[in-house]
Amino acid sequence: MKNENLYNYILGIADNSLILGQRLGELCGHGPNLETDIACTNISLDLFGQVRSYFQYAGKIAGDGRSEDDISMLRKEHEYKNVLLVEQPNTNFAYIIVRQFLFDAYHLAFLRELQKSPDLTLSAIANKCVKEVSYHERFSSDWVRRLGDGTDESREKMQEAINDLWMYTDELFHQMEADKAMVAEGIGVDVTTLKEGYYAYVKEVLEEATIEVPESKYFQKGGKHGVHTEHLGYILAELQYMQRTYPNMEW
Amino acid sequence: MATKNWPLWEIFVRSKNGLEHRHFGSLHAADAEMALENARDVYTRRNEGVSIWVVESKHITASNPENNGELFEPAQDKVYRHPTFYDVPDEVKHM
Repeated sequence: MKNENLYNYILGIADNSLILGQRLGELCGHGPNLETDIACTNISLDLFGQVRSYFQYAGKIAGDGRSEDDISMLRKEHEYKNVLLVEQPNTNFAYIIVRQFLFDAYHLAFLRELQKSPDLTLSAIANKCVKEVSYHERFSSDWVRRLGDGTDESREKMQEAINDLWMYTDELFHQMEADKAMVAEGIGVDVTTLKEGYYAYVKEVLEEATIEVPESKYFQKGGKHGVHTEHLGYILAELQYMQRTYPNMEW
Repeated sequence: MATKNWPLWEIFVRSKNGLEHRHFGSLHAADAEMALENARDVYTRRNEGVSIWVVESKHITASNPENNGELFEPAQDKVYRHPTFYDVPDEVKHM
């Protein structure tokens, strides 16, 4: 493939949204109440919409006839490049909100930079996504404040979720070979420059929410290299079920 | 699950600039800010609106259906209150 780095770079962006979208989709009909259920599945649909644009572009670059569906549905577990954070399970609403907030804060900062990319397709996708993701971040950070600064029980659950998910945040700022190549070409976003602002903002919201910021310096990584937690296999089993059971089916 | 329900809110959406806000429905939310966000997700996800009002349902004073007789029936036999007894000149459009 001529543009392999660009192809892998796009997959790295898209897989985060794909897997998080699938996780949120699991909530359809299972949200804590009707209104929050609709909000979470709306976010899921936004993410799937974004993923389509990325995979269509990736398909064009691959140039071997693979469609957006082939790229999203027919890869194996180790070929997915999403960060470990987004594949973490919907343990309870606190985990759902904390996972969302930790990702949204990154996602928004990332897209704001991607808007400036000289690659016109990527900047156009970023322009469209940034409005959606601004709302996601508003939704999730509002809920972090509500539940953190809520009852004793809600604060305790939020604290537990943040303690558990904190170790997946550092990976957001790791660079793969394709990322470095795209930064060198001036097309990609240098995520290492987003790290300081990200942690400052996240800490600000957590403090407002009276949640303690974890001090642990031990972080998990591997997702971007295709080394995933045990959860991804189950997500893919559900996501890919139709295409694996009835190959080449269309509807 | 919580045994207490969030309060009920009535949602009004303006579908286009220049039109009035119309009652779209109701939903539950803990406060006004959450009611706005929920309304955005529940009622405007198919591009239905450009502006949302929310008001807690308890602030609405409604007429009692039992009083419909005295409130509304007296108007039924007063057709002369409709402006239908005039000849509208042809030059007047959109009437």
